[in-house]
Amino acid sequence: MSDHNYTPSSKFGKWFNDRLPLLTLANHLTDYPTPKNLNYWWTFGGILTFCLITQIITGLVLAMHYIAHADLAFSSVEHIMRDVNYGWLIRYIHANGASMFFLAVYIHIFRSLFYGSYKAPREIIWILGIMIYLLMMAAAFMGYVLPWGQMSFWGATVITNLFSAIPLVGESITTWLWGGYSVDNPTLTRFFTLHYLIPFLILGLVVLHIWALHVPGNNNPVGIDIQKPSKDTVPFHPYIVIKDLFALLLFMIVFAFFVFYSPNILGHADNYIEANPLVTPAHIVPEWYLLPFYAILRSIPDKLLGVVAMLSAIFILAALPWLDTSKVRSAVFRPLYKQFYWILVIDVLILGYVGAMPAEGLYLLIARVATAYYFLHFLLILPILGKIEKTTPLPLSITSPVLGGSADLAMAKNIDVRKEKL
Amino acid sequence: MQRIFKILFFLLILNTNFANSISAENSSKLLTTDWSFKGPFGKFDRASLQRGYQVYNEVCASCHSLKYVSYRNLSEKGGPEFSVKEAKAIAASFEITDGPNQDGEMFTRPAKLSDKFAMPYSNEEEAKSANGGAYPPDMSVLVKARAGGADYIYSVLLGYVDPPENIKLDDGVYYNKYMYGNKIKMPKQLSDDLVEYSDGTNATEEQMAKDVVSFLMWTAEPHLEQRHKTGFRAIVYLIILTVLVYFSMKKIWSRVETNV
Repeated sequence: MSDHNYTPSSKFGKWFNDRLPLLTLANHLTDYPTPKNLNYWWTFGGILTFCLITQIITGLVLAMHYIAHADLAFSSVEHIMRDVNYGWLIRYIHANGASMFFLAVYIHIFRSLFYGSYKAPREIIWILGIMIYLLMMAAAFMGYVLPWGQMSFWGATVITNLFSAIPLVGESITTWLWGGYSVDNPTLTRFFTLHYLIPFLILGLVVLHIWALHVPGNNNPVGIDIQKPSKDTVPFHPYIVIKDLFALLLFMIVFAFFVFYSPNILGHADNYIEANPLVTPAHIVPEWYLLPFYAILRSIPDKLLGVVAMLSAIFILAALPWLDTSKVRSAVFRPLYKQFYWILVIDVLILGYVGAMPAEGLYLLIARVATAYYFLHFLLILPILGKIEKTTPLPLSITSPVLGGSADLAMAKNIDVRKEKL
Repeated sequence: MQRIFKILFFLLILNTNFANSISAENSSKLLTTDWSFKGPFGKFDRASLQRGYQVYNEVCASCHSLKYVSYRNLSEKGGPEFSVKEAKAIAASFEITDGPNQDGEMFTRPAKLSDKFAMPYSNEEEAKSANGGAYPPDMSVLVKARAGGADYIYSVLLGYVDPPENIKLDDGVYYNKYMYGNKIKMPKQLSDDLVEYSDGTNATEEQMAKDVVSFLMWTAEPHLEQRHKTGFRAIVYLIILTVLVYFSMKKIWSRVETNV
């Protein structure tokens, strides 16, 4: 992509770089040509990297003081909150950090949906992203179990019980997951192990995600390919670095408000009651970021089909690059898609809301309609829309306001060639 | 650029509104009072915490434990801030079981600063059998463990009223206006002048409830004051840094003819 003929200026640098081209990599990362017209929705990639690193560092410190044992986990968390130096701060950053991580990832995903960043040639970036998102959900769920409060215990019971819906082997799988006949100490210790492991898997996938991004380069708000790198792009450093930093600082201000002034607002009060297998809480609700999927799960009367629907709701995203048949990437030039995009956003918000409410009466009806629409959007509306929608004219390049561009790089080149002939 | 600030502003409003709506949802009927620890600059009222400890000790401690709180905490900064001497004297007034000694015997001794608060019962079963089958919950994090927080505990303490006529109560069950499900196994505890405050404060029911709930807020969130103070500094620092970075960004991007 950028120039691979980079030669370090110092003699040692050259000697080292010939053996391990780390300096070439650093040079590529600083010079990486980035579209000039990226807006602030594009800063969430950097913000997410910050979130991941924050979670890993605070998590490491917490793991030094936490005890993964059914009898001691709850009191070890209280020990962290009371007696560990700044333990309260580290734990509140970690707990709220999970919410901030999901807030950022949802913005990142919906940015991609709006600007068509998942379309060719960026399908692999998108699929890696979905894999990261799946692992994030697994990590968050298991992390919520570790304090061993009432919601930890009963959330774990509800979610692991879903596996029992699998025909024939379901019960055996559930027992195997639990390491016993109910959620208990063996479940806690394995969840702790996996919770510690998954962030590093995510880190690996993030490297691949960024690698895959650096092959075609960034998409951009107008969604057309770079025509002239010298005119349309700026080097990553310092232009994008400073912009990402500015956005990150704004994000950190919001983050800090939660950590310092309402650290428990996103959690559930019941999780400050130690886990008790004999007392079931009145309402078992997952963390806010899992609510839309929880709503889909509960909207189906059959347990197995509910689980299938919930998983499909996530996996359907992986097929999105092929379900969306439109050649035009950015919703800016797709008047119809733009409207359906916002309907989908509202639909997901509604799912989140009913996910937090009891599954009965009107809420259940709303959940069913919203679930049906969610699948309709991806399976029916998107494939048809790409065929029938009349898109508005694209500009020739991302920096020129002149219209007449094309969604397709090959076609765009042909136009250039034709112009030259004329 | 302006849009960014609008979005940020919106998020902050959302944050505070969300916080308010959640507490409002649970406290639409809950009683409240002028808590000194509320808000971004909230601090504990030392005298109130000390009186609250007295109420806990004389009224609650016979059934409710505070198993995560140590006597040394009583003299630590940000809490009731008893003097070390006072805290030592408080600790020494309780007997705790220690051991085994060299003869293999368990023995009792006066508590020290490093000990956790003495437990009212030796185990959960004993607690239940002494309280008609109900387990008096540990109160260390009680305020955080109930939706509605401090307001909820305050309301329950003051919420004992005569039951409506259509409700029949079993023996040992009491009616409380604010308790979830309205039925509670703890009888009404507070009544005017139940304790005698050494600082001369009038020991009304409301005053005692306020003091003991403040004390419980502190046991649940012992670093609340430090959190508020650190938070203010962190956010001021972040805002200054953000402004500096914003102008650096403007300068850098002025080299290209695109707006940021």
